[in-house]
Parts: sequence; C-alpha cells; structure tokens
Amino acid sequence: MYSEKIIERFRNPQFAGEIKDADAVGEEGNMKCGDIMKIFLKVENNVIVDIKFKTYGCMAAIASSDAMCELAKGMSVEGAEKITYEDIIEKMGGDVPEVKIHCSVLGTRALRNALKDYKKQQH
Amino acid sequence: METVYLDNSSTTKIDDLVIETMKPFLSEKYGNASSIHALGIEAKKALEDSRKIIADSINADLGEIIFTSSGTESNNLALKGIAFANREKGNHLITTKIEHKSVLETCKWLETQGFEITYLNVDSEGFINLEELEKSITPQTILVSVIHGNNEIGTIQDIEAIGQICKEKDIYFHTDACQSFTKTLIDAEKQNISLMSLNSHKIHGPKGVGALYVKKGVKIDSLLHGGGQESGIRSGTEDIHGIVGFAEAVKLVDKKYVDLMIDLRDKLIEGILKIPDSRLNGAAGRERLCNNVNVSFRKVEGEAICGLLDEERVCASTGSACAEKTLDPSHVLSALGLIHEDLNGSLRLTLSKFTTEEEIDYVVRILPGIINKLRELSPL
Repeated sequence: MYSEKIIERFRNPQFAGEIKDADAVGEEGNMKCGDIMKIFLKVENNVIVDIKFKTYGCMAAIASSDAMCELAKGMSVEGAEKITYEDIIEKMGGDVPEVKIHCSVLGTRALRNALKDYKKQQH
Repeated sequence: METVYLDNSSTTKIDDLVIETMKPFLSEKYGNASSIHALGIEAKKALEDSRKIIADSINADLGEIIFTSSGTESNNLALKGIAFANREKGNHLITTKIEHKSVLETCKWLETQGFEITYLNVDSEGFINLEELEKSITPQTILVSVIHGNNEIGTIQDIEAIGQICKEKDIYFHTDACQSFTKTLIDAEKQNISLMSLNSHKIHGPKGVGALYVKKGVKIDSLLHGGGQESGIRSGTEDIHGIVGFAEAVKLVDKKYVDLMIDLRDKLIEGILKIPDSRLNGAAGRERLCNNVNVSFRKVEGEAICGLLDEERVCASTGSACAEKTLDPSHVLSALGLIHEDLNGSLRLTLSKFTTEEEIDYVVRILPGIINKLRELSPL
C-alpha cells in the first residue's frame, strides 16, 4: 500500500518529539477520525529555526507530519503558511494512497494553527 | 527470525501435503467431472471422494455439500438463494451486527429487493442475546443467519441453541463457519443447522474453493445457472484440483493442533496484557476461537502498530479506521461498544497449526517496545 519512502519516514522520523520552550504550538484532528497532530515551533527573526511534531495516527499521518516539518524548517512564517498538502505529498515522493491524502491536509492545518498561535503572541 | 505469520484469519499457508495431492489434477488428471469417458470418471470420483470427506467432517450427508468458489460465494448463495426461493413464505431475515462483510453487504442488497432485515445486537464480548433473537422472529421470518466463530474477535456463538430456536419456529438457520470450521465442534445434525458456509484457504487449503452445506429438503434458488452441476444448485465445471486440495486439508485436521493453538493463544494474550493500558477484545477461554487474539492499546493507532511489526517481520492486522478503505473503524469492534480510542488502537494476531512457541515469545518480547515507541510519538 505504501511506498518505500513513506515507510522509511514512518519508521525513522527525524522531527518527532517535543520542544519544551516552544514559541508556538498548534493541534489538529480528533479521536473519531483517528489522527491527532501537534506541532511545536521555535521562531527567530520570523524564521522557523526548529520544528517538532507529535502524532497519534497511522503510518501516513506520522510520515506526512515528518515531511511537513522538513519542509517548514528554515522557512519564514509567511512562507510556511503557504505549504499545501500537495507540497507534503511531493516531499514524500508523491506516491500516497488516495484515502491517505487527508493525513497531509491535517498536517497543514496543524502547522497553520501553530503559526496562528505564533502571530497572536506577536500582537 | 523468519517471517512470523500471525494473520491466519486472513488466509493460511497451504500445507505441502495439500499441494502434493492437488498436483496430478493440475496435470495428467485434467478431466471434466461431467464427461463420460475415463478421464471424466476419474475426475468425478475425486470430486465425490472429496465431498464425502467434507460431509463427514460436519456430520452431513454426501448430497448436502455444494462446492463454491469461496466463503463469500457460499454466504451469497445461502442468503440470496433462501430469500428468493422462500419469498412466498415471507420477506424477513435476521442476522447480526458482527457478520462478515459478505453477509452484511448481501443483506443490504436484499433490502433493495424488498426484503426486511433485522440486525441483532451483541454484548460487550460479542454474544447475541437469544431472547432478542426469539423476539425478533415474526411470521414473515424465513432465515436466521449468525456467524459461528467471529473473524475479528474470535467469539464463538452458541449455534446449537440458535439452531434449536429456529427448529422450533420452523425457520431456516444459516451459519458462516468459515473461521470456526476445524477449530471447534460442528455437527450439522445435532446443532440443527440448515445451511453452513465453509472455506478452504482458512484451513491450509487452496484459495478459490468453498462449500455450502444445504440440509436435505431446504428450498434454495441458484445464483449460477448452466450445466446443472452440484445438484443443480451451482452450475459451472467443478474446480477438481481445488476441491481435492480442500478435502486433503480437512483430512489433515487433528485435535492436537487445536490444543496447541489454545496454549499459544493464551500465552500470547497473557504476555500482551502486561503492557499498560491494553485490553482483550472478545470472549475469553473456551468461547473464543483457538487461534484468535484481539487486543487494543490506548494512545496508539493500530495501523502504525502493524507497520512497526512488519518491520520486525511480523504479519498482523487491525480494525482501526485508518486501515479501512472506508475510513470507518471495524463494525465488529464498534458493535461491542468500544470507544474510539480502543477501536483505533486494535491489533489482531491469529495463529495456525504452524505457529511456534518461539514465534509467540518473539512477539511478546518486541511488542512492548513498539507500543512504547508509538506512545512517545503520540501527543495524547
């Protein structure tokens, strides 16, 4: 069902974990749909210098959380806001089963929630 | 460690002896059982010898076994065949919420054809309530269909009691015995069964072969019309090599394997339940299939567990929503009343006669680390 690339990312995610003194946190998902993602951000001079995730969910949910973190790291806050689920799928090698596309959508929402949290604190 | 195959409720490894028995029927013994020449007679004999083996194994008569292509076909034939042949008597069927999809989807289709279906509830261990069954029976009821051993949670229904109720009310009783066949006692006569679905590839036989037991005198329509094979109930040239393999698999059944699986099953359950926040789904002890383990873990998702087990060469399955094409969690686990966290954190491990103690020890050893890794990843 999954490509080697996705399986490898699921098994060895590079961005899994928590940032204790995070500048912002965002969450998305619920138990009914079976996926819950939490994103932690560290931002300096409007640039995402560190990002971590914690995800409850299937292989695709964990892999897409990791791919999204890799994309977002080093981006400006505004740049990261523009990350789409298509970008995440491309980062994972493109070969995502149709029923698993929503996992990547969930990822972008969790990230945007974290960015919203960051912006709110700046005001 | 070689591959540890613990997904035997999906399918089983075909026994080498079964393959050997099938081989001549894939080469020199290629006759059509309907032909009148020597090759045909040879095929016909193999067909009827196989039928006898399967009939004897469930205490049925030779003429009561109809070969089909699968458990799914057997279930379709039983339900549709009875519904349409007995329409004049009534349009009501009773089944349960924990049937295999091939029963539930057939029932859904029958609803579009003017039939009414009652779906019985189950309790937290997966048992139907016999009083609810009795109360559901109306003068319009023509068939009760209840799965014997459940494919997901392993709960074994009291089919003898259900058969008795149906006998008293003069209603046909069908049971889907694809998972329980050869794993617990089945006696078509004693248990008052009118129709029973059986299947070959769950018992170390080849895929593509099933059977439907149809008690003598039961009024049933065909799904496949043609040359009138299988007493006119199921036309189509018989799959002799498959049927011979199916019968050989039945011949190789031995009670000692059941006892072995019970011991390993209980060892596996005991080992797994030491992991914090875990629970067993389905019934315990004698009312559970000898090869079924179904557990749930909080704060982790079942497909992810299977993914990490797969990395350790362990084949398993889950009832989690994420693992389903429909993204709905298992209808069987839902019927038990499980909360979403337990539905999504479910893991099914199913044993066979080939499962070893070493394999069970291996799974008990690696599973805590896998659950722990995923719990560390979880924001819950």
